[in-house]
Order: sequence, then structure tokens, then C-alpha cells
Amino acid sequence: MKKASRKLILDAKGMERVLSRLTHEILEKNKGAEDMALIGIMSGGVPLSKFIRDKIRAIEGIDVPAGYVDITLYRDDLSRVGYQPRLKRTEIPFSLDKKKVVLVDDVLFTGRTIRAAMDALIDFGRPKSIQLAVLIDRGHRELPIRADYVGRNVPTSRNETVDVMVQGEREEWKVLLNQNASGKGE
Amino acid sequence: MEWKRRHVLGLSDFRVDEMEFVIDTARSMEEILTRDIKKVPALRGKTVVNLFFEASTRTRTSFEIAGKRLSADVVNFSSATSSVTKGETLLDTAKNIEAMKPGIVIIRHSVSGSPHFLSRFVSCSIINAGDGANEHPSQGLLDLYTIIKAKGKIKGLKIAIIGDILHSRVVRSDVHSLGRMGANLWLCGPATLAPKEMERTGAKVTYDIKEAVKDADVVMMLRIQLERQKTAYFPSLREYSRMYGLNRAVFSLAKEDAVILHPGPINRGVELSDDLADCAQSRILDQVESGVAIRMALLYLLAGGHDASH
Repeated sequence: MKKASRKLILDAKGMERVLSRLTHEILEKNKGAEDMALIGIMSGGVPLSKFIRDKIRAIEGIDVPAGYVDITLYRDDLSRVGYQPRLKRTEIPFSLDKKKVVLVDDVLFTGRTIRAAMDALIDFGRPKSIQLAVLIDRGHRELPIRADYVGRNVPTSRNETVDVMVQGEREEWKVLLNQNASGKGE
Repeated sequence: MEWKRRHVLGLSDFRVDEMEFVIDTARSMEEILTRDIKKVPALRGKTVVNLFFEASTRTRTSFEIAGKRLSADVVNFSSATSSVTKGETLLDTAKNIEAMKPGIVIIRHSVSGSPHFLSRFVSCSIINAGDGANEHPSQGLLDLYTIIKAKGKIKGLKIAIIGDILHSRVVRSDVHSLGRMGANLWLCGPATLAPKEMERTGAKVTYDIKEAVKDADVVMMLRIQLERQKTAYFPSLREYSRMYGLNRAVFSLAKEDAVILHPGPINRGVELSDDLADCAQSRILDQVESGVAIRMALLYLLAGGHDASH
């Protein structure tokens, strides 16, 4: 077995810069944070959406409503995976009607997660628009989906994985590219 | 934890981590029930058959709603209107239903062990919704879930279950779910209906309701079936109600923040006084709510990609 090699794509400082730029882009395109809502996709998108929310508060002085969504029950491969994945929580404690929703995820890959997330959001209400912000776009789309805001484009092969480590302290956040790993679907 | 079960026949062999997994899944399911659109596509294209050989409204409806909330197609089959009345055997009925390719069959039958028997002959998943006096696993899990929501834990709680222990499949599932999670269980009823052998499960058996209720955190009342009086398990309903019914005076012996449970349907004024059934400490309707979430969790977990499911 070949040993998997790991390459650092972004460290904590780098991530902070990228996410700050994403926040500015989001605010620029929407002309401020009026009527905006941030929805992080479980699990990787949640800390990122919290970061963006904090940043918006620092820039605009507005607390944007924020929630998170677990897409497991909306997956298109539920009957194909060998066992049922553990469910995570969905929490959207406000109305999505007429909101400009920014979906936040860590890695954009096949696009199937985003398809599922959009289906989930529609069950909560009728947003004015849904935009997509991702930290890493690694290519290999299987659906006609693209991101409105991309932190970093990372060309990958299918048997590589991108690990966004955002579960601990912000100073320890980082993004790694694992080469020759067994292919992991998003 | 990886869910490996194909059937849910009883809680007697359920491990603690499996019960926790079901409850954790149910918590996520409960959130769906708070939405405007109370439906997710997880079980799209799967068929769930309710195969009920005994009267039931609550459990059957609960499973039906659970299946529909997950987008499964739910078919109800009740013995009163079926070919069972024409003399078809249980196995033939089940084989016929299996030929229509359901993913999950939920069965209630008056004979203990029927779901276990069928599970050996059919390829779909089976959920036991009550078999004779044996088990009612989804009730055992929803009682566990309701108490966890009310008390935050199970370990160390004094839980008194009062009524017809002898004929109760709910008790036989509860002793596994609540007992295995570390509850201090007390079973209480008239000597004819509270067998001492139940102490083998680790629960304490008493014929004195005051002893059972004293300092309890949870008091669960069981329905007393009116038919039992005819078979001389107790002299009269009035006497039963006076000695084993829960009223304010008896309930005041329990802890101040104790809660009341009842698997339903209630005989108001018999095992439970009118005012207690509707009081703030009653969690009876919460049990019904938890029931849908628990059953959604079970359906979701059993619908996994094992080969036999259609």
C-alpha cells in the first residue's frame, strides 16, 4: 500500500484571509447584509458560516440570522450506502421566506450535497434567492451546480481528498490535500 | 456506531449503545415535526406495510404518520377486513404481502413470538408493534425517550409502573429499556396481576401502591383492561380503582417534580384520576409525540441498504 501524502493548502492565517475576502464579496454583491440569512451545511460548513457571521457583524454591525442544515435525509444514495448514516441536527430558527440565503459549505465536489441542501431549504420556506459560498472548490461536478463565492480553487484527482479541519480552535484551522487516499465521496 | 439490525423484534437483546443511537436519531426526526412541511424524502420509493391482527389506533396511526413523514408508501392491513377471516394462516398472509415487495412490515399479533416466527421466513424487515404479552419495543423506546426529555437522564431514577403487569407487553419492553439504562424500577399491582417472577429482571415488585409511588421520579400507569374483571383477577373495578388508581393523595408521595406516563388509552377515573391525566406533570401527550419520532428513527434505520430490502 502506498503511503498517503498530505499537503497543506491553507493554514489558519490563510483561511482567515480567504474567509474575510469571501465575506466582503458576499456583502458587495448583496449591497450589505439586509434580508440575508446564513445556512451552514453540517458539519464542515457550520464553523465557516459562524466565522462569516462574526465578520459581517464586525463590518456592518448587523447580526445576520444563522442556522444549519443536515442533508442526510435528502441524500440520493440513502438506499445504496451499506448502513444508515448517523443523523445530525438541522436548526433554522427563523423564517426563510423572502430571505437572501447564503449556503456555506467547506468543499464543493460533485454538487450532490448542495442539491440535497437546496431541497431541504425549500421545505422550510421560499427564500428570495439561494447563493452558495464554499471554501474549496475541488472540481468533478456531477450536477449543474456552481458556487457564487469560492475561497480557493484546488484542482484534484478523484482519489484525493480535501480535509477541512475546522472543528477545533480557530488558530488550529487548516485545509489539507490527501493524495492517494481511497476515494471519498461528498 | 453502525446499525446492523434488520428487524426490531424486542428490546431483550438491545444494547445500551443501540438504544442511545435510536434516541439520537429520533431527536433529529423530532425537528422535522416542527417544520411547516413535515416531510423528508429519505424513504422515497419504499413501502411500509402495517399488518395488524389486533385492534390498534394509536400505534398503527403513529407508524403510518412516521412512514409518511419519511415519504414511504404506507399500506394498512387489518385482520377484520382481510382474508384472515377466511381462514388464511399467518405465514400465508405474510408470504402474500412479501410478494408485493414491501421494505418493512410492522406487525401486531395476539400471539407472542409471531413477529420472530415471520422474520425467519420473509426477506423484508420486521418491526414488532406488540406480540401478545411479550414485547412492544417501540413503546419501550418511546417511554425511554420521553423520560430522558423530561428528566435529562435515566440512571438512578425511581420509576414506578402500576397496573396489570402480568399481561403487559409494555412492561416487558420497559424493563429492558429503562432497566438496562440504570433506572430503579418498581412494578406494582394486585397480587394476581403483579407476578413475583418479574423480580428476576432486577425490578422490585410490590402490592402497595404507596410504596411504589413514594419518592418516585416517574409514575407510569397501565390501562386496566375491563375484560380482566370477568376472569376474576380482581373483585370489582371500583375496588381496583380505590386500591391501585393514581389520585392526588397518592401522587403527592412522589417527588415534587415527578411526571406521569401512560401508554394509553386511558380509562379516566379507573387507573388515573381525571385531574391528574390533564395536569402539568402529565407527559402522556408527549409520549405520543415522542412515539412518532422514535418510529421514524426505527423505519429510517431499518431502511438501510441491506440486500434484502426493496
